[in-house]
Amino acid sequence: MQNVFKKLVPITIFFALFLVISACSTGDSDKNKDGSSSQEINIRVNNDPDFLDPHMAEASITFQMLLNIFDGLMVGDTDGSLKPALAKDYSISDDGLTYTFTIRDNVKFHNGDPLTTEDIMYSFERLMGKGSGKPLTSNFDNIASLEAPDDKTFVITLKEPNSAFLSYLTAQDSAILPKSNDGKHNEEPIGTGPFKYQSYSPQNNLVLVKNKDYWKEGLPYLDKVTFTFQPDDQTALMSLQAGEMDFVSVGAHRVPEVENNFKLEYQNSNATLLVGFNEAREPFNDTRVRQAINYAINKDDIIEAVFSGYATKIGSNMSPAMGAFYEEGLEKMYDHDVEKAKNLLSEAGYPDGFETTISISSHAAMYTDVAQIVVENLKEIGIKAKIEVVEWGIWLDRIYKGRDYDMTIIDFTGKLSPYETIKRYQSEDSGNLVHFSNNEYDELMKNVLLETDENRQIEMYHRAQEILAEEAAAAFIADYQIIWAMNPKMEGYKLYPYFFHDLSEVKLVD
Amino acid sequence: MAYFIRRLFLLFITLVLVSLITFAVFQIIPGDPIRIMLGPEADETQIETLEKELGLDQPLHIQYVDWVGGAITGDFGKSIRFSRPVSDLIYDRIPITFSLAVLSVILVVIIAIPLGIYVAKKPNSLMDYALSTVTQVGMAIPSFWLGMLLILYLGMTFSFFQISGYVPWSESILGALGTLILPALTIAIPQIAVSFRYIRTSVLEQMQRDYVRTARSKGMREGSLMYRHVLRNAMIPILTVFGLIFAEVVAGTIIVEQVFGLPGLGSLLITAISYRDFPLVQGIVMYITLIVVFINFIIDILYSIIDPRIRL
Repeated sequence: MQNVFKKLVPITIFFALFLVISACSTGDSDKNKDGSSSQEINIRVNNDPDFLDPHMAEASITFQMLLNIFDGLMVGDTDGSLKPALAKDYSISDDGLTYTFTIRDNVKFHNGDPLTTEDIMYSFERLMGKGSGKPLTSNFDNIASLEAPDDKTFVITLKEPNSAFLSYLTAQDSAILPKSNDGKHNEEPIGTGPFKYQSYSPQNNLVLVKNKDYWKEGLPYLDKVTFTFQPDDQTALMSLQAGEMDFVSVGAHRVPEVENNFKLEYQNSNATLLVGFNEAREPFNDTRVRQAINYAINKDDIIEAVFSGYATKIGSNMSPAMGAFYEEGLEKMYDHDVEKAKNLLSEAGYPDGFETTISISSHAAMYTDVAQIVVENLKEIGIKAKIEVVEWGIWLDRIYKGRDYDMTIIDFTGKLSPYETIKRYQSEDSGNLVHFSNNEYDELMKNVLLETDENRQIEMYHRAQEILAEEAAAAFIADYQIIWAMNPKMEGYKLYPYFFHDLSEVKLVD
Repeated sequence: MAYFIRRLFLLFITLVLVSLITFAVFQIIPGDPIRIMLGPEADETQIETLEKELGLDQPLHIQYVDWVGGAITGDFGKSIRFSRPVSDLIYDRIPITFSLAVLSVILVVIIAIPLGIYVAKKPNSLMDYALSTVTQVGMAIPSFWLGMLLILYLGMTFSFFQISGYVPWSESILGALGTLILPALTIAIPQIAVSFRYIRTSVLEQMQRDYVRTARSKGMREGSLMYRHVLRNAMIPILTVFGLIFAEVVAGTIIVEQVFGLPGLGSLLITAISYRDFPLVQGIVMYITLIVVFINFIIDILYSIIDPRIRL
């Protein structure tokens, strides 16, 4: 008995101490002194940024956050059109070679320095690798010269016309950085955007605070924005319901759980979900086989089962979010038709089908869900497909880079420029995952860059999409929607056809 | 002293071997850290520039020698995924994993030792059979499954437990315990089962020795007989087991941190592996190895204190 007491005494003291110390800590209050909500929000992001330096960063998820810190000469608007940002105005010479920008007055970097043409020059030279010998992009290989004739004018001269050039001048591809911060862009990023960088804690959060000197008068409204990295969808949803987060994406199946208590926004992600074939391999080198598979796959079933209907059917590698550049009607080209599919397979010499493998990455459940439906669809026309799930790193290495696969499923994120969106189907493009090769397509894509007339460009992009559909470059499935659930007090959130949480006009209203 | 130096030398050899094996394994598994980080939209020009900057275009043996050169001077390099010094990333995570490991070991000690002694005093009793059966099951349970059951039945029922994330000790001690107790239990339960059986056997064996009978016959009280003589002799095999258990606990944190969303070393390691972040993986593995080897070193020293014959 005595022994029991001896053991109990230290344990009791231990717990008593815990209680005393924990009683001393105070809880945080969410309200200001005057009772209004504080202008602070917490946004869930799936993953860490790849880089904080916008010239190094590539992942679209990174720019979702970083576009609040940085500006480019141009910016993509909510309808996908380009408008001037740090440039007040611009003009393009008739030969399409000289771009002249007038720089906005009164723009200040977050460290208080005014924006000068020297900073703009520095930013482009850094991207092109001038001096350092380390180019960060191939977008600007076409630049012949950069000039700053006076302190409000910046002139870019190209070697040959490029109708997609203006789209490379947004903060995604060429954010304007202060020269004075050279060497520290990734550690202490400084930009001109509505929010300033405050801190980054890996696998935890990225915190931004209000830029009081933002060049758009009166903006932003929020004092503080926290991007919390939470890879797990289930946990993110619980955090939203517990009030710990204000803004999360929810899977289509979970909409009923949140639609009553939260504000929902449906964003066309401008992504292309597709089933790709290795067209350098038999039997996928035969267009008829690819067309047969297109007829066999039931896109509507996939949209219903995987996205609960929250997706738009597409017929080539472009989403309706691209506006005038999008060619309508292609999504109807291969309506589900088992008979036609079987006939095409027989013509191609595979009346009894064949065996194949669909290799997909394990990092998103979407790929497995789609693959299971595709396997069932293919079974109907005699093709026996088996699913191989690999890790994302292996997918990128073996399938994307090594092109060692039969079939795969992937989604490509949309770009602002139609050229960037579909350029990967050119025979020699390094991103030509499916080994698509078509002379007419290659010619069109080469010429569209030289074309200065926008209406002609639109026609050419339409034809390019037709080729992708007719030749069945892949089985293009859908542009799925991203569903955002947010704190009902949040107002002013705008949707863009690319990954951007624009928080400059967001505020919390009681 | 010679014993000491011999142990230190073994420690060093272990570290070198572990670093070599980690490096070699990393060359075998496919995947390119830059492509994984930047995704399929990456610009080929940028990939090349980054490869050059990170030295990934260098031959393998040069990469390894560079790494060793840095490690000797205490510089573990920069993480590829997070562009931060590896040591900073590790130091941020240590408090979490360390708390979890210590809490788990405490649970094992305060549960397994009294239970083991209790049962050893009454061998073949009903309690003995019952506990042996329970521990058999305890050893067989996979930790991720156990963790999920604990979340489901304890975490969801009692608001004291936070089922995901971590509250630092400096913020709230109760909050920290609320985030750590369930994962610590998940790690501890199988280890309790293992060590309980060892303690029972070891104490039981000592109880049948002649010296115990002698001590009893000269009228020694059961309590002091147990603590002064039996336990001290039974301690040697138990200590060995605890050395192994500590290694198991450290390994256990890797999976359990994933299940409970604790941002510790284990979850950092998993991220580092999936991004093929070689410097970060190497840094964490070295760190964990160092701890495990160090604990075993301490245990060896403890042996020689308990039983001076070992030093001979």
